[in-house]
Amino acid sequence: MPWDRNQMAARAAEELEDGMYVNLGIGIPTLVANYVGDKDITLQSENGMLGMGPFPFEGEEDPDLINAGKQTITELSRTAYFDSAQSFGMIRGGKIAAAILGAMEVAENGDLANWMIPGKLVKGMGGAMDLVAGVGRVIVVMDHTNKHGDSKLLKACTLPLTGKGVVDRIITNLGVLDVVEGGLKIVECADGVTEDELRAATEATLV
Amino acid sequence: MNKIYPSAEAALDGLLRDDLLIAAGGFGLCGIPELLIDAIVASGVKNLTIASNNCGVDGFGLGKLLDTRQIKKMMSSYVGENDEFMRQYLSGELEIEFNPQGTLAERMRAGGCGIPGFYTKTGVGTVIAEGKEVKSWNGQDYILEEGIFADLSIVKAWKADDTGNLIFRKTARNFNPPAAMCGKVCVAEVEEIVPRGSLDPDLIHLPGIYVHRLIQGAHEKRIEQRTTRKREDA
Repeated sequence: MPWDRNQMAARAAEELEDGMYVNLGIGIPTLVANYVGDKDITLQSENGMLGMGPFPFEGEEDPDLINAGKQTITELSRTAYFDSAQSFGMIRGGKIAAAILGAMEVAENGDLANWMIPGKLVKGMGGAMDLVAGVGRVIVVMDHTNKHGDSKLLKACTLPLTGKGVVDRIITNLGVLDVVEGGLKIVECADGVTEDELRAATEATLV
Repeated sequence: MNKIYPSAEAALDGLLRDDLLIAAGGFGLCGIPELLIDAIVASGVKNLTIASNNCGVDGFGLGKLLDTRQIKKMMSSYVGENDEFMRQYLSGELEIEFNPQGTLAERMRAGGCGIPGFYTKTGVGTVIAEGKEVKSWNGQDYILEEGIFADLSIVKAWKADDTGNLIFRKTARNFNPPAAMCGKVCVAEVEEIVPRGSLDPDLIHLPGIYVHRLIQGAHEKRIEQRTTRKREDA
């Protein structure tokens, strides 16, 4: 059985180490926060916050306290606030250990596409280009194939790039792969998924 | 030196004309200068270029200036929350210059610091890099991005003293300080103006040197995505 969304998030949480400052993207990456366990992880929200807490209780929403997805959130005892220039200063400056984010396509050379489909409505890249260019480690969490069953792990991206050669590790519903010299390397298969099944679902060169 | 004005309209008197480049603070609907936006709508000035991370939502925030067709061009990182924005963009009535969010913030900060350009690795190898100078340091490519020098800045803070020293609240700070810094003139709207000496000088987020005019007023502070958890989950 391939991993479901929560199992992918739990696997991604294993990438995080005690003491890390981490930025989580929207979607499955947001779920990673539920699986960090006892590890001392500080979440950054790029609109200007370190130490992002959970959603507020009903009736305690604060319009001055939102995350990068514009959702109401809470602060923690460790929280610090700052402006957008400083927020992206710490991102661009390599102070954030890792970003976990979703993707439409990843290429075998680490190219990432996740912000735009030509001919469709273009909403913008937000902070994604800054994050993938600046953080220490870029971990993509996504389904291995798209809704048509085509591989999202490609020899070359077909969509406009978010970053060139930026992805370090890919966690999909079928397993975990690293971007290495010459292509992608299988790190592990999801429980019950065979290496042959993972290979068959992957267009990118596997080394 | 009196920086305090009785209304948003009064604070913008003499500053507004067609074709301005305006830098606006705010992220989504959080920390946006609601009162100054309403006054710009009422003024009727048009062909505005606005540097702001987002463009409000339909009928609120900068979205109001879309409804009245006063915006010619947006410099933003994300504009996904607004149907009227998409309609005007797809019909060619509105231009958009997409900026990566951190590049937009740094362009504002740089402009405010007298820095006409800076190199960043954000966007290297993407459409954002097209037409921009590329320079290499230690084997890493960087692209040249330009500082933003706005004609006018409009920002929202929590508290000000009468000299314009500003304090923001939580994530409503966001783009407000860099937006304030990059304008020739900055007008700030706050929830409360207090006498000088009432704010701890060590806790000022933006010194009053960047703030030329001030107004105080009530803010709607609309929430874009109300997300909560149930108490039994705690």
